[in-house]
Amino acid sequence: MIVPFGHVLLLAGLLFVLGMVCVVARRNLIMILLGVEIMLNAAAIALVGASLRWQAMEGQVLVLFILAVAAAEVSVGLALIVNAHRRSGRLDPNAFHRLG
Amino acid sequence: MNLYAVAFYLLAAVILGATLMAVTRRHLVHAVLYLIVSFFGSALLFYLFGAPLLAALEVIIYAGAVMILFLFIVMMLRVGADQGPLFPPRQILPAIAMAAVYLAVASLLAVRDTGTGGVLQTALADPRAFGDYLFRNAWLAVEIVSLLLLVALVGALVLGGRTPAADTPEGPGAPREVRP
Repeated sequence: MIVPFGHVLLLAGLLFVLGMVCVVARRNLIMILLGVEIMLNAAAIALVGASLRWQAMEGQVLVLFILAVAAAEVSVGLALIVNAHRRSGRLDPNAFHRLG
Repeated sequence: MNLYAVAFYLLAAVILGATLMAVTRRHLVHAVLYLIVSFFGSALLFYLFGAPLLAALEVIIYAGAVMILFLFIVMMLRVGADQGPLFPPRQILPAIAMAAVYLAVASLLAVRDTGTGGVLQTALADPRAFGDYLFRNAWLAVEIVSLLLLVALVGALVLGGRTPAADTPEGPGAPREVRP
């Protein structure tokens, strides 16, 4: 007996909102990427909790794929940020309004 | 309230506190370090929920590889502290609106019974059983993920590699010296 499943969902939801506020409100490209990481982690917590709630393995398998997708997203995203910083010298998302 | 429940609430407090501190830091290095604490808390939470392999992977991949990559980039780009207001009103207002919608839905869920309730029982997903399940039932997804990682590697190389046009500040049309 750990806790009710609703408390796990509440924790994951609060974490997701924190990540979303980080993505929407911060004015720094790296902080935006960190916010996406927080949101992915919140989804992983909810999935592991659900996997325990229904005693099924699918949730944990999905978390493994979330880890892989997060790694891919971070590598491409950070390369994009380095590229943008090299071109303009800034990390403010408002400073970028054209591709290429 | 037994020991598992105490551990869960302690871990939840650590995760939420560390993430809140990370979101509100001006220095990116501080934010990344707080987020590492948050991911360690998540790993312990996975362990509490009976997923020891995922807990190890969370520490290795999230706290180990991803966050250190962030730290590396922050130090490479020499990012200083953010100037100006941390949360400009034009951007914090939509965030507050969305958070309010979430809080309304969450409070509704907390008072209503949605049929998914129930107290979590302790269980353990043995790493051997987990790997067996993964490669029996989700082998195609594993292959697709490996392809995704390869594509991400190529994409990072293309984006992060030094393009000749970006080397010169004048742009591609300006004459530039030949590099050996």
